[in-house]
Amino acid sequence: MQSSPEESSNANAWRATRQGVMAVMARAESAELDAILVRLGPLPAASNLKPPEVGLVMLRGRTGGDGAPFNLGEATVSRAAIRLEGGAAGFAYRLGRDLKAARAAAILDALWQDEARRAAVEDALAPVRARLSDEAATVRTETAATKVDFFTLVRGED
Amino acid sequence: MYVAAKGGEKAIRNAHALLAKRRRGNRNLPSISLAQIAQQLTLAVDRVMAEGSLYDVELAALAVKQARGDLIEAIFLIRAFRTTLPRFGYAKALDTAEMLVRRRVSATYKDLPGGQLLGPTFDYTHRLLDTSLGVADPANEVDDQASEAKPADDAAAPVSMPRVTDLLGQEGLIEGAPADDGSEPFDITRAPVSYPVDRSTRLQTLARGDEGYLLALGYSTQRGYGRSHPFVGEIRFGDVEVIFEAPELGFEVSLGTVQVTECQSVNQFKGTATTAPQFTRGYGLVFGQCERKALSMALVERALRWEELGEERGAPAQDEEFVLSHCDNVQATGFVEHLKLPHYVDFQAELDLVRRMRAEHEESRRAADMKEAAE
Repeated sequence: MQSSPEESSNANAWRATRQGVMAVMARAESAELDAILVRLGPLPAASNLKPPEVGLVMLRGRTGGDGAPFNLGEATVSRAAIRLEGGAAGFAYRLGRDLKAARAAAILDALWQDEARRAAVEDALAPVRARLSDEAATVRTETAATKVDFFTLVRGED
Repeated sequence: MYVAAKGGEKAIRNAHALLAKRRRGNRNLPSISLAQIAQQLTLAVDRVMAEGSLYDVELAALAVKQARGDLIEAIFLIRAFRTTLPRFGYAKALDTAEMLVRRRVSATYKDLPGGQLLGPTFDYTHRLLDTSLGVADPANEVDDQASEAKPADDAAAPVSMPRVTDLLGQEGLIEGAPADDGSEPFDITRAPVSYPVDRSTRLQTLARGDEGYLLALGYSTQRGYGRSHPFVGEIRFGDVEVIFEAPELGFEVSLGTVQVTECQSVNQFKGTATTAPQFTRGYGLVFGQCERKALSMALVERALRWEELGEERGAPAQDEEFVLSHCDNVQATGFVEHLKLPHYVDFQAELDLVRRMRAEHEESRRAADMKEAAE
């Protein structure tokens, strides 16, 4: 059965929002995720769909920046997959080897999928979003202060 | 030939204990923390990640500490560690146009969209030792969050920074990058390499190659061994997002960001009867802030393209098999340094051989002397 265009655009929007939340959780500090779980509690029990695991992802670049891809080198990645009791399955992938943070992110991913809890999860993540955007703004400001205007001098003829 | 030797267990144990003691140094001084290494010896950590071919700041800092600052030893430790982990898959190619730029300069255009951003650079420093760094500097117990001035002006807003090669490309003045035909690039960590190789394989090999080796080869191209008249079209360094298609989810997720340095070299021309002359290019991309390496990589990458661009061959930097098969410092150090291990059986055989040759030499000399005396 084909879904209507409206349904599929809703599904796309839902997925894009979930991707955005997962991106924030991939960048959150372990302590931030722990604090959010405490704040959202009490929580249903979470069981591992498979044990949290550290592995490698091969990163790629593109020849010339925009051409054919090549393998650049690997990065460590931790992943977790859980199911909340009577709830959704949650997943997390993060750079680094912090399995506890990956599992916390997977629990938050599952909680976010529960409509009754979504707003609370988004609220709890707001300070993390703000921190990340402040940090990026600081980098831009610091870097902008080093912007240079070179000018060329014409050499004398003799 | 290396033949296994037995014995020496106690001496080896004691040597390793002594190594640990020397690594620790004077116990009246505090042990250096991984965070201190990562924060204050950033470029050493970046080099270990780049040539260890594994992006993990904390592990690279640990390797630097364990290796007593010997970066090739640290790189070796990282390479050994990566073999213990499963591979989850391949990320989507990084998009360097979308970088959070921390430094970006062009030696070819002074006024380029987005501007020249010097960032944290040694360029234009006077290379005078700063004795003030030798004075103990107690940690400032400040609240990181509060101390950072909240950026107010538009300097904090994202700015578009097109690549210089894209600007030249709009006018058709430079060759395009090879198109992505959707095929999977070769992975030198998964299959043995046989020469000749394609450009993707070269780039992967060079990206983990030794900085000093690539610097020397890049330098040789400037000194006339395979001249390619390079300009630094652009060097940029900053944070790029890693995107991975998670198999359980069936959609792409962002894993966070990594720092990379990208270098685009702009080199002299290629044209044919049917196509007008254009600039050519070399490419370098390296984990961390490794500018010397990214630039050297771009020079060598360009030199290796001699055949495709119809250039004359003859310089060391153009010899693909030679360049690529000797650029890995872990392989190189393994083979060179194994010479220090016991070769007693091997050497015994050579000792016997040289004694036999000397005896034969002596015998024939005596025979010649007798013949001379008899005449």
